[in-house]
Amino acid sequence: MSALHRHRTDALPEEPPASAPRAAAPLLRVEGLSREFGGVLAVADLSFTIAAGTVHSIIGPNGAGKTTLFNLITGVYRPSGGRVLFDGRDVTGMAPYRLAALGLSRTFQNLQIFMNMTAVENVMVGRHRHLDTRLLPALLRLPSLVRRDHAAADRAAELMRAVGLERYVGTDAASMPYGALKRLEIARALAAEPKLLLLDEPAAGLNATEKKEIGAVIRRIADTGITVVLVEHDMKMVMGLSDHILALNYGRKLAEGRPEEVARDPDVVAAYLGSHG
Amino acid sequence: MTHRLLGLGLLAVVLALLPLGLPNNFYLDMAILAGLNAIVCVGLNLLVGFAGQVSLGHAGFFGIGAYATAVLVSTHKWPALLALAAGALLSAVIAFAVARPILRLKGHYLAMATLGIGIIISIVLRTETRITGGPDGMIVDPLNVFGFEVYGERVWYWVVAGLLLVTVWLALNLIDSPVGRALRALHGSEVAAETLGVDTARFKAMVFVLSAVFASVAGSLFAHYAGLITPAKADFLKSVELVTMVVFGGMASTFGAVVGAAILTVLPQLLTVFQDYQHMMLGLILMLTMVFMPKGLLPTLAGLVQARTSLGGRR
Amino acid sequence: MAEFLQYLVTGVTIGSIYALAALGFAIVYNASHVINFAQGEFIMIGGMATATLTAAGVPLPLAILAGIAGAMLVGVLIAKFAVERARNASVVTLIIITIGASIFLRGLAEVVWGKEFHRLDSFSGNAPLMLGGAVVTTQSLWVLGVTAALILATGLFFNRTMAGKAMLATSHNRLAAQLVGVNVRHVVLAAFALSAALGAMGGAVVAPITYSYTEMGIMLGLKGFAAAALGGLGNGVGAVAGGLIVGIAESLSAGYISSAYKDAVAFVIIVAVLVFMPGGLFGRAGTERV
Repeated sequence: MSALHRHRTDALPEEPPASAPRAAAPLLRVEGLSREFGGVLAVADLSFTIAAGTVHSIIGPNGAGKTTLFNLITGVYRPSGGRVLFDGRDVTGMAPYRLAALGLSRTFQNLQIFMNMTAVENVMVGRHRHLDTRLLPALLRLPSLVRRDHAAADRAAELMRAVGLERYVGTDAASMPYGALKRLEIARALAAEPKLLLLDEPAAGLNATEKKEIGAVIRRIADTGITVVLVEHDMKMVMGLSDHILALNYGRKLAEGRPEEVARDPDVVAAYLGSHG
Repeated sequence: MTHRLLGLGLLAVVLALLPLGLPNNFYLDMAILAGLNAIVCVGLNLLVGFAGQVSLGHAGFFGIGAYATAVLVSTHKWPALLALAAGALLSAVIAFAVARPILRLKGHYLAMATLGIGIIISIVLRTETRITGGPDGMIVDPLNVFGFEVYGERVWYWVVAGLLLVTVWLALNLIDSPVGRALRALHGSEVAAETLGVDTARFKAMVFVLSAVFASVAGSLFAHYAGLITPAKADFLKSVELVTMVVFGGMASTFGAVVGAAILTVLPQLLTVFQDYQHMMLGLILMLTMVFMPKGLLPTLAGLVQARTSLGGRR
Repeated sequence: MAEFLQYLVTGVTIGSIYALAALGFAIVYNASHVINFAQGEFIMIGGMATATLTAAGVPLPLAILAGIAGAMLVGVLIAKFAVERARNASVVTLIIITIGASIFLRGLAEVVWGKEFHRLDSFSGNAPLMLGGAVVTTQSLWVLGVTAALILATGLFFNRTMAGKAMLATSHNRLAAQLVGVNVRHVVLAAFALSAALGAMGGAVVAPITYSYTEMGIMLGLKGFAAAALGGLGNGVGAVAGGLIVGIAESLSAGYISSAYKDAVAFVIIVAVLVFMPGGLFGRAGTERV
């Protein structure tokens, strides 16, 4: 346990966001993490830490293992080796729903919206762990449950407003445009009141204006003190938002550091040029 | 939501007025059987329509309820309500025992597993002749509640109608609650539901057990009402009939399940005018409805009405 | 020992029919991702057509061919008018559609052939053979021989012919197959026709053992589905193995445990396997990609 409390000052940004409460403590620590698919290592012996209150981006060419890494951290996949420590606890191999209860929340590269529900209900599912989820009170519609449900609906509508979706509150998710669904996932993830928010390509498929707006949303989220981990291909957004960047290639760490350092790193430059040439 | 109470009120009015339009006991009998099927289907729809988990074995739970009542009331002279509760408890225990392992399965594998469990239950009921009377079935005593005997189609109608209303009320409550949203969410995207803190295995088991209990209670009442129970009421074809009612009426629509149960209970009776061709007609109607209305009757109709009105509004 | 051998022979014989049904499920599943609950009715059509036509004086080979042709036609019609139109429907809806088809076919069979049992004579006399103390009817040999030939032919078809390879390619990657010029719609039709032919042939050879009646396909079909799931849906070799396993287990438990629970054996096995090995005996459970 003592290792968890060791400070990793080298992993910290020079100027943490003013609102971040405990910028020095690592919120997430990944140690020697590996995952193999049919003999191929999608993530190989990867170690890094993420400080609380920062925006941390993970970049790399397609197939670098970014989404696999997200799936390992959030418990969707079990690692083949290594450990994940969240908020000082070993959470390796823990089920996703239990990780969510600890304060881990995420969005998905390929939308995972509940298309059979309305937009606001999608966000209300994000409130799940803060609500009464017992069967009998639900069947009998006890007043206490209804009160909390109304409060949850109000909170969900508020979050939708915060990401600019106020006009879609009662809309069926299935009839919303793609860009709006991207934000809906963010609102839904926020509804869980996470400590750590993992965003998997939030700007993918969006036009320039939408990208700018989503960038502003992420900035505002970070300013409330939520630690953000961002996987994104849009370098302008990554450079503008991140306190710290981790570059991956073939499941391994290529470089790590402040945005301007990583951008200058010859390995990173080569990997990106290589992937295009 | 007022929307919810509106539907419930409408159902209450229809159920209250229905006996006025039914000329004799033959039609009341059909209404009672439709009501009992509807109770099963409202529960089954929570599992299949809302949570998206197929079951081709729910007649097994209907059968457990029916036989628990038959054996405990007729053979062991238990009070009817206690027997009904015992049957529901047994169904719940069996459903709970199998729920977690089989509900990990998806799609056709889940269909296979639930089908298997339903068939195993029906074979046990058919084979344990000393307890269940075997293929010939069992005679069941009339329903007697605290000394008051439920007797005759008219009384039965009000009992079943009242219970159906309660069932629909419970289902509507559930759907519009954190539990109901969790169920719909795990249908929409299991992985997203999990990462939002929904213990999907727990909620699948919960709704599986709940739907089994609804089926079991309806089975107990059916046994009393019919006065005779045979293993055919628990077999694969009965399970298929129940799922078909749900899908026919409209998945993820509680009132759709009621409508589906009503139509598919009455339809075979109407089709008897085709005599030898009745099974062909039934199969054909099922196929055509599902091919042209894959979402089921009520959602398709609702969609049509919505399209009409939005078109009219634009004009 | 003779007793055991006897049960084994019985089990392999009935298991062959399950294997043919399971293979039919696998072929259709591969081509269209549909579980065709009308698979059992193909067996019924084969059995009924052969029994009634020979009774009417039609020579046996011709009667069998007529049964197969009829089943294939029915299979193609189901594929074309029901399954193909509902391509994007949910699993449950597709299940109901094929169940609707099977109710329709049973109803049709009742109208055409009546509800009574039809007898069909063994293909080559009733004098049984003795094999190491076990009685083997000549019809059992017919079942085994025909099943083996059909499985071999199906294997050759999928591995050696262009049409077969195109069907395999479609099951692996529908889009890619389409891109290289495979007509995917024809593949679905061909799969239904092929599985119907296998089922009907099975029904014809097993009819002298089981008699034929309009409801004979229900249990045979469900056990075939169990066998297909046992082998891992869409796995042809697994389906055949699953069929034989179910048949042998059923026969052995009927002999040594309880004949009353014979019909439950297939389902006890499949539920147990699914609980402990969710991808079937030979299949592999896929990881959900997100």
